[in-house]
Amino acid sequence: MNSLILSAATRILVGLMLLFSVYMLIRGHNEPGGGFIGGLLATIGIVLYAISHGVAAAREALRLDPLSIAMGGLGMALFAGIMAVFFNDAFFSGQWAFPFAEGDDKGFPISTVLLFDIGVYLVVVGAVLSIVLGLEEEV
Amino acid sequence: MEILLSLLIGLLVAASVYLMLARNVLRFLFGLVLLSNAANLIIFVAGRLTPEAPSLVPEGYSAPPELVANALPQALVLTAIVIGFGLFAFALVLVYRGYQSLGTLDSDVMRVAEPLAEKASSPKAELEVKGL
Amino acid sequence: MSWLLALPIIVPFVTAIFVFLLRKKGAAGRWLSVLGCSVLLIAAGSLMAATWRDGVVAAQMGGWPAPFGITLVADLLSAVMVLITAITGLAVAVFAIADIDARRESLGYHALFQILLAGVCGAFLTGDIFNLYVWFEVMLIASFGLLVLGGDKAQMDGGIKYVTLNLVSTVMFLTGIALLYGLTGTLNMADLHGAVQQVENQGLLSVVAVIFMIAFGVKAAVFPLFFWLPASYHTPPVAVSAVFAGLLTKVGVYALIRTFTLIFNHDIAYTHNILLAVAALTMITGVLGAAAQNEFRKILSFHIVSQIGYMILGLALYTPLALVGAVFYLVHHIIVKANLFLVSGVAKRLTGSFELSAIGGLYKSSPLLAVLFLIPAFSLAGFPPLSGFWAKFLLVKASLEIEAYLIAAVALVVGLLTIFSMTKIWAEVFWKPHPEEISPELSMIDGRTRLALLLPVFALAALTVTIGLFPEPFVMFAERSAGQLLDPAVYVQAVLGVTR
Repeated sequence: MNSLILSAATRILVGLMLLFSVYMLIRGHNEPGGGFIGGLLATIGIVLYAISHGVAAAREALRLDPLSIAMGGLGMALFAGIMAVFFNDAFFSGQWAFPFAEGDDKGFPISTVLLFDIGVYLVVVGAVLSIVLGLEEEV
Repeated sequence: MEILLSLLIGLLVAASVYLMLARNVLRFLFGLVLLSNAANLIIFVAGRLTPEAPSLVPEGYSAPPELVANALPQALVLTAIVIGFGLFAFALVLVYRGYQSLGTLDSDVMRVAEPLAEKASSPKAELEVKGL
Repeated sequence: MSWLLALPIIVPFVTAIFVFLLRKKGAAGRWLSVLGCSVLLIAAGSLMAATWRDGVVAAQMGGWPAPFGITLVADLLSAVMVLITAITGLAVAVFAIADIDARRESLGYHALFQILLAGVCGAFLTGDIFNLYVWFEVMLIASFGLLVLGGDKAQMDGGIKYVTLNLVSTVMFLTGIALLYGLTGTLNMADLHGAVQQVENQGLLSVVAVIFMIAFGVKAAVFPLFFWLPASYHTPPVAVSAVFAGLLTKVGVYALIRTFTLIFNHDIAYTHNILLAVAALTMITGVLGAAAQNEFRKILSFHIVSQIGYMILGLALYTPLALVGAVFYLVHHIIVKANLFLVSGVAKRLTGSFELSAIGGLYKSSPLLAVLFLIPAFSLAGFPPLSGFWAKFLLVKASLEIEAYLIAAVALVVGLLTIFSMTKIWAEVFWKPHPEEISPELSMIDGRTRLALLLPVFALAALTVTIGLFPEPFVMFAERSAGQLLDPAVYVQAVLGVTR
């Protein structure tokens, strides 16, 4: 689509949407949100870019093949599940670490659950983009 | 509320069956979307409809302080929606590609894989069938 | 124990990720796929050993106690299915080295294949009915991809029919789960075993049972619901259709056996009589459909349908001996059917077509292939001393024992008609001279490709002969497995007793 207004607005919107998608992803830790919804938001941002600048430009901006992103995400999610073996727990048991924790303050909690969520985020981005961009190229 | 939703499910199923009986594959696909939405609603109703709060645990608690809605059907419906979304997207791409290579959406005319008996043997006849 | 159960799912997934990243590298991806299947075989073997030693083994994923979390559980039936999946997977992965072209490889054949194996193993191992649905979907989406990979016209045509009809069954399955959950409030299969007995309205439970029967019936390709199978199985490359023929419908049969022994055994007179009628009609229509076909893989596809009838028959009779027969049949059939498809692929390689009228002369030019075809073909038809004979013998004996003479007669006649189809293939493909007077010899294929094509065929044939000549340990195994199926208390104890 060749529209000055759209392409000018896209430049700002894409960045905002990607940022918001990451916010949604991290917020999903304790509140509504998470990898799936975050991934969808990121996808919408990139699809918007594809609509205004063309699919070829969007693929170039992605740098990686969408399906490779999805597979990488799958690997990350799987790795998050396998991590439990190092702590002698059942498959997919969440593992937590609390660096900088002092007393009641939990410091900066990180977990395999978050890693799993990032994996989901990447799978959603990769899978949905490969379908949408594929269809967009056809039409 | 259950009765209302049951009626809605019935309506969705009826509409989807009507659509799925069409020979047009695209219509069939839309019927399928309605049917899977009906199935999702059944899960939702099967988990009992309760007017309580959303099932979130506030900070500092280990369990919700008051009665909350059944979270399991919501998780199931979410999973089913995600899977259904993926399958439907795939099916849509497939039907589109099929339309491009077979040149038709009419399932009666799609006979490349199973050519009619009298034309089955020769590859030339197969091409004629494809040309339909 | 937890990791032993999870490994058959983890290994193919990990393999899938790496072969996908290597998909444009050619040989590396192929060999990695074979390696992944070998590791899967080892994992499945150790799981088998564990179940043989300890009976039913179960583990709670993520440490959430049953019935709230997702349980992985393996009794002997699950374990043997996973083992046979690994064997078939390895055979097909080796065959694929020679069969899959570079274009399909770069599109990600090996990755989809591994995901399919993960889905199949997951379906066999899960102890949660909603999780079963999820594994069905994993399997389904991988099979969709494999079926249309490459995008030939016939593939698109078959693919559309396969996808649409399977999606309907998926929605049916989901509806069944929803109603079952509404009735009982649980999704854990072991927990469901107890919960369904407390349902007040047992009639409603029968309705849900029939919904499940339809949903799994589509997957298993039983009588009125099998049309997607002969429409699609002959369209993709042989390395795809062989694994489909061996495994996919059998997941449906497994699901039927699992649910109708563990959950829906409240009204056997009603549900299992429906299954009995379905079994008889499936056997007959399948074999008659095959008789009308003149294409190698189409004949085999219809025979899948016919053979599914035997397995359902074992479940429907619901006596200890019948279930022994069903389990034995399941194992025998996967090996034989996958092998026949592989043979058809080699024949196509040599003669250039699957159409019976366009090929021939293989007996004279490649007698080795002729022998390799005869073993699974005779086994399928039920010739002694091959594996199929014992499978059919057990089922017929089981039906005679409860004086179901009609169904025994049907099973025998269908066996006879199977011989007819197999002799048709034999006469057309092997005996009659090639219509274009060429003599396709195995030595025409170069050495390494030939090895990749024939090694899996040979290995599967050897397995068939082994089961046929030494049936006793296998029957003993099937007896123990059927004992577990008929006495769900052990299964329930293993799942629910783990954390209590």
